[in-house]
Amino acid sequence: MTLLDQFQKMLMTAGLPDWAAYLVPALVGIILIIAVSLTLVIIFIWWERRLLGRFQLRLGPNRCGPEGILQPVATGLKLLLKEDIVPAKADKILHFLAPIVVFVPVLMIFAVVPVSEGAILANLNIGIVYVIAISSISTIGIFMAAWGSSNKFALISGMRTVAQMVSYELPVVLSIVGVGLVTGSFSMLSIVQAQSIPFILLMPLGGVIFFLGCLAEMNRSPFDLLEADSEIVAGYHTEYSGMKFAMFFMGEYGVALAYSAVIATLFLGGWSGPLLPPVIWFLIKVVLVFSFTVWMRATLPRLRVDQLMSFAWKGLLPMAVINLVIIAIEVLVVPASMLWLMVILNFAFAAVLVLLWSRLFTLGGGRVEV
Amino acid sequence: MLDLIFYLLAVIALAASIAVIMVRDIFRAALCLIMLFMSVAGFFLLLHADFLAIVQVLIYVGAISILIIVAIMLTRDARHGLPLDNYKYWAGAVGLLLLIALAYGILNTTFTLPGTAPLEQTIQPIGQQLFGNGYVLPVEIAAVLLLSAILGAIAVLRDK
Repeated sequence: MTLLDQFQKMLMTAGLPDWAAYLVPALVGIILIIAVSLTLVIIFIWWERRLLGRFQLRLGPNRCGPEGILQPVATGLKLLLKEDIVPAKADKILHFLAPIVVFVPVLMIFAVVPVSEGAILANLNIGIVYVIAISSISTIGIFMAAWGSSNKFALISGMRTVAQMVSYELPVVLSIVGVGLVTGSFSMLSIVQAQSIPFILLMPLGGVIFFLGCLAEMNRSPFDLLEADSEIVAGYHTEYSGMKFAMFFMGEYGVALAYSAVIATLFLGGWSGPLLPPVIWFLIKVVLVFSFTVWMRATLPRLRVDQLMSFAWKGLLPMAVINLVIIAIEVLVVPASMLWLMVILNFAFAAVLVLLWSRLFTLGGGRVEV
Repeated sequence: MLDLIFYLLAVIALAASIAVIMVRDIFRAALCLIMLFMSVAGFFLLLHADFLAIVQVLIYVGAISILIIVAIMLTRDARHGLPLDNYKYWAGAVGLLLLIALAYGILNTTFTLPGTAPLEQTIQPIGQQLFGNGYVLPVEIAAVLLLSAILGAIAVLRDK
């Protein structure tokens, strides 16, 4: 029983008509999601810029407000006041709708992320499949932007989106199936409750594959080929300015936040942890995952398109399949009381597989030898 | 309440499907098709088939429509529509035949509602039905068929 369900029951007993008792909790949930996620996105933008500053031995934004926390607000204001430019040859309707189609699914992901026991908007029994399905809608928004602005760079970026999204969805889904096998359910609540040992320890390879796939799905470095500024200006949002660009920007960080939350839920044990209240634990884990992605952005150079594709199809996909088969066999053979055996086995398998595959991807002379 | 949602979805679905054939810009037509897929997912939700609804979004919106869009992007001069006029009458005839067949099928089917309450957990029963009750072979054959299609595509496209 989630908190919203209880709220709905309370309204029912208070004598509200049926439709109102249904509508009011829904509206409250929607407003909660928008408020919390937008606030977190603003904080995350600041956090990333500060962290990047530290990684690159500079200060980062530190002028607006204490430690520069108000910098994203200033940036937002600046973007709001900017002129909204629409290219003359653009498809006006698509150009207008694209930022919305990118942004709304991001907010919808948060509906199934459990912040603590019962603090989840909709406890779907297909929670994680819902996340995958909803996040694939954003791709269409990127396409609409790419096609609608009738710009060659944007179009190239759109083609790259397809290649990237379609190929990285497979390893992501396969590693989720591993989680489903151990849990016996796809509901986010039961996945968290099933983690007596965090799944990152129980299936390290699955966790790493899921993390890398998610990095590609949220278009972050080193997989940010969609907006590779040294190659295609700014990719699909080349022709966007003002508030519409801000929507894309927020959508990008919103996806990063959402996937950090999903990774924390699936592999790091979600809200569970000793001493501190569950919400704090959840936030700590989300910030940890997000900081890790920032670390990767500061460290690794961007991949080339062919490297990106061969990494997905020749690297992650076979590893994900082997990982899935191993986990399936272990779920059948290893008794539930001997989970530590599974931890040891999976770490051994992960080490062997990663070593084997790293021999396939030796870098030499600027091209990948596969 | 549910009736209202149904009629809303029906209007959206009909408008989208008419737009698919009437809109001249083929990219917009593809986007209208996506809208139709989304409203079909909504119908599944109304029928308490949440897994089907999600799969509808995942497969049709996330994969098939993207394939269509990529095909459009790779087509030259797609923006001005296609010179379909050569096939106008043939297309009309085929469409009419399809319409008659579909109408005949739908009108002659009696749609029954199940008397039982919808299930809370939908994935486990679907999985058990698919893999436990003798449907294993069809499922696996479908998988092999898809695999052979992929291999065929690679064989055709591979440069010698």
